[in-house]
Amino acid sequence: MTYLAKSPWIIHYDATSCNGCDIEVLACLTPMYDVERFGVINTGNPKHADIFLITGSVNEQNIKVVENIYNQMPNPKVVVAIGICATSGGIFRECYNVLGGVDKVIPVDVYVPGCAARPEAIIDGVVKAIGVLEQKHTQMKKGAAVS
Amino acid sequence: MSNRTIIPFGPQHPVLPEPIHLDLVMEDETVVEAIPRIGWVHRGLEKLVEKKDFLEMTYVAERICGICSFIHGLTYCHGIEQIMNIEVPIRAHYLRTLWSEFSRIHSHLLWLGLVADAFGFESLFMHSWRIREKVLDIIEATTGGRVIFGSAKVGGTRRDIDNDMLKRILIQVTEIDKEMKEISQTFLNDFSVQQRLKDVGILSKADANMLGAVGPMLRASGVNQDMRKLNYAAYGQINWEPVIAQEGDCYARVQVRVGELFQASDIIRQVIEKIPEGPVDVKVTGMPQGEFFARTEQPRGEVIYYLKGNGTKNLERMRVRTPTFANIPAITKVLPGIQLADVPMMLLTIDPCISCTER
Repeated sequence: MTYLAKSPWIIHYDATSCNGCDIEVLACLTPMYDVERFGVINTGNPKHADIFLITGSVNEQNIKVVENIYNQMPNPKVVVAIGICATSGGIFRECYNVLGGVDKVIPVDVYVPGCAARPEAIIDGVVKAIGVLEQKHTQMKKGAAVS
Repeated sequence: MSNRTIIPFGPQHPVLPEPIHLDLVMEDETVVEAIPRIGWVHRGLEKLVEKKDFLEMTYVAERICGICSFIHGLTYCHGIEQIMNIEVPIRAHYLRTLWSEFSRIHSHLLWLGLVADAFGFESLFMHSWRIREKVLDIIEATTGGRVIFGSAKVGGTRRDIDNDMLKRILIQVTEIDKEMKEISQTFLNDFSVQQRLKDVGILSKADANMLGAVGPMLRASGVNQDMRKLNYAAYGQINWEPVIAQEGDCYARVQVRVGELFQASDIIRQVIEKIPEGPVDVKVTGMPQGEFFARTEQPRGEVIYYLKGNGTKNLERMRVRTPTFANIPAITKVLPGIQLADVPMMLLTIDPCISCTER
């Protein structure tokens, strides 16, 4: 990771998660871990976001919402799948209403496994995501199409 | 008559950590009707009983919700133990009570923080969550997990806490108590906080009873009902009384939850004082045959597990009714007539847990 001109803003969506990873994502923003000191802000608007944190294994009804948020984000954008459910379906893999993984719906760049994923792991994942964001940014400058 | 407009609220909304959708029918700035739509977190995990055996299901039950995870596991185990007539060691009962009350503190602090955020008091939100981290530290030291404990099991608990650790917990709980007192002053006495909370979303005692509200929502309307009085785990050996408020508005609900913070730390102190020595689990033999309704009190209210075994390793049916589901009729009752700006506040006041509701 090199010098970054801009602080990454994140958007978080709970796609069929049990809440465990979601509160850990929120815990990252609070005084103990405090990622806001690096300028990382949790925004509610997909059009302002660079990094999409998504938790949970995605059910039928969620597909459209996830696609919608993803499509509204400007390029370059990075998707981080948080928790084992978002990575592979985890304990809910055999349930009838889950797809088993976010990558069945949208392309995922960084996986953060864990049940629930710990705040340290989530921050680590976001740092990796910033690296991916940088790469995509340089590719875009060269004129390549990125997603 | 002025024009009616419909404002869609959710499923992706900054104030909602979880997806739920409300169609708010508005007249000017006032809500006249709220039509909820759910289904974004439905996984269908009750059906998993057909694929996983009854011991494995404990861990699925814990993952119904990441906030009251331990109490979900406890309720499930309690139900199975009642079906199979398992005598759980007394020390395990005390440990279960201890962890339940820690879940209650961490859940209520989380909720108080979110409420502070909903009425725009960002620093109060941060302080609540700062204190919550200390509770999570204790949980992590005793169970290994922060939000999913994995400590309940059929026949007892999976882990024991040694006496040195119990002494340390006692010291830490006293410190946490002191800090909770500081923030509770702001929640209960601050002028601007009171302006946002008092007389907002009043639920009368009759309505609360009729609509089947549970938990702090019910107790804030003056009804004395707490499932811990059923004396599951070790609650029968501990002196405590349910926290009740009379007004039924948002302020009363904050009052009840703040009261329960200190009640929980008091119960923890009594548990550490009274906990006996002994084993923490018994061996489970045989398969569950029969049915049972297990009822316990979560931070959000009463949760009911219906379990039915047919003598095989898989249960025949598991049905969960969670507190948020029971409180949705109450929230649709109080939403009409309030200002749009109060909607996030009102929604949070039932402490919604959508992943519980939809499972």
